[in-house]
Amino acid sequence: MIATSDLTFCYTGSDLLTFPNVNCKAGGQLLILGDSGSGKTTLLHLICGLLKPLSGKVEIAGVQVSDLDGVALDKFRGENIGIVFQQAHFVQSLTVSENLALPALMTKSGESSEDLCERTRGLLKRLRLEHKADSLPNELSVGEQQRASIARALIHKPKVVFADEPTSALDDKSTEAVISLLEEETRLAGACLIIVTHDQRLKSRYADKVELKYLAL
Amino acid sequence: MRLIYIARKNLLAKPLQTALSTILLAFGVGMVSLMMLSEKQIKDQFERNIKDIDLVLGAKGSPLQLILANVYHIDAPTGNIDLEAAEEVIKHPYVEDGIPLAYGDNYMGYRIVGTEHSYPEHYSAELSEGQMWSETFEVTVGAVVAKKLDLNLGDTFYSAHGLTDGTDVHDNVDFKVVGILKPTSSVIDHLLLTNIESIWGVHGDHSDELKGKEITAVLLKKRNPMAVLTLPNLLKDTNMQVALPAIEINRLNNQFGIGTKALSAIALLIMALSFASIFISVFENMQSRKYELALMRTMGGSPSTLFKLILLEGGLLSIGGVVLGLIISRTGLFTLATLVADKFKYDISEMSLLPSEIALVCCATFVGLLAAIIPAVKTLRMDISETLSNE
Repeated sequence: MIATSDLTFCYTGSDLLTFPNVNCKAGGQLLILGDSGSGKTTLLHLICGLLKPLSGKVEIAGVQVSDLDGVALDKFRGENIGIVFQQAHFVQSLTVSENLALPALMTKSGESSEDLCERTRGLLKRLRLEHKADSLPNELSVGEQQRASIARALIHKPKVVFADEPTSALDDKSTEAVISLLEEETRLAGACLIIVTHDQRLKSRYADKVELKYLAL
Repeated sequence: MRLIYIARKNLLAKPLQTALSTILLAFGVGMVSLMMLSEKQIKDQFERNIKDIDLVLGAKGSPLQLILANVYHIDAPTGNIDLEAAEEVIKHPYVEDGIPLAYGDNYMGYRIVGTEHSYPEHYSAELSEGQMWSETFEVTVGAVVAKKLDLNLGDTFYSAHGLTDGTDVHDNVDFKVVGILKPTSSVIDHLLLTNIESIWGVHGDHSDELKGKEITAVLLKKRNPMAVLTLPNLLKDTNMQVALPAIEINRLNNQFGIGTKALSAIALLIMALSFASIFISVFENMQSRKYELALMRTMGGSPSTLFKLILLEGGLLSIGGVVLGLIISRTGLFTLATLVADKFKYDISEMSLLPSEIALVCCATFVGLLAAIIPAVKTLRMDISETLSNE
């Protein structure tokens, strides 16, 4: 599903970063582990097409993401990738269910609003958020916000879900809960899950992992 | 869900900021449009009353006063003139027609004007009930007077001396209402019309007023353009003068013009402020929502979608302000019309959208959009990766 080869990147005025290859098959789960400053987020942004690599290739679902540009790239990202950010961010003026309708609007998916409503309701129900559908994001507790952001990453049935530091601020119990939820939901959606973190607690959980070191040459 | 819905929600999420921008723009637009409207309406009204009156013949004095008194019935007359001398002027070959006016009395503040049937005919006044006066002391009442004073056919009243109050009542004769006119939107609506003899009759006991055969003024229609040049010369050695309504009103408009110009400048300043406020509002909004915008990009939103969103917010703000402004100007005009109708006998109640206002609306909306363009362009250039990492 995902394959990167020989990715390098360079921030203006900084050293060249090189990244190990990342491979993940459809429906698979992968951990990208690295300390702060090791380039985790940079790698994530490169794979998502938010950054253009200096050299190397990114392939997702048979598409050369690194060759896409402009609107085509935005659309591909919108349709195939879901991201759970470290901190849950929403469009504050919209309700939870309206926030979940955003990906469809942004990619102009053309899906009927009944279908979308149905799916939103189902997803919110599974994530125990159905009573918060019409609340504004800032009326949610931190846990609810995180579950809502998982819902948003999954609502448009992406092929890949990235989770950026989903557990760094959580205690052991919550970490377990959030990770289980992520695994379960991505499995249900048939998407592969890539967790990007420095959280060593997750290390033993995954067979497939890529460890980033200080790779600056 | 559509983009415009998000724009609206975003604006409503900051009600105070949004209200400030809208109100500022509304006041700017409102003031400019109110000025345009009232200027147009007042001009129309003045012109409607001049209608084919080329010259006004009356006693010597201020020509402007002569016009205001006899065409608009706002000011006091300049004095009286001899009927025979006036008739000489009407018979002049350069003059086609003349409508004599004689007045000096009022009923409850409305002027009783002695004239001929040609006067209401000149303003195309039609009877709504009753008939035109025929006998002495019969009056035909203008529409506004009849309504305000609740006068009906057959009612009788005493006139009062002077043009404004009822302290000196002529109780020797009473006037009888024999007809009521339909509204004409002209000065006729505010007058009580009778024949000239009635005015003389009332003043039978006032030997100093309107003695002999005197009238107040004559409204003249010229046959030959030369009349404008010839008549003043002809009247040089008499106590009479002629004045041109068009010229006097032009002069008056120019005098008023200074005031309206100052007001326009202030209104434009307020509008400029409101555009600055729209700019700041949209810009601040955009800055504080940078992360949200980056988020929308990760969901597949293209830069142009976000550009549209920001532009929509500016557009909604300016359209809201403009619409509110037009409502303000209409309300203002309505209030003004009610005030002015009582004091100056003019009825400014037409509420149509002027061509200049359409230009104003387009301009204001366009500049409003322009104010949103700088923040919108910033979203085009946004580095999503950096924005997401810096939070």
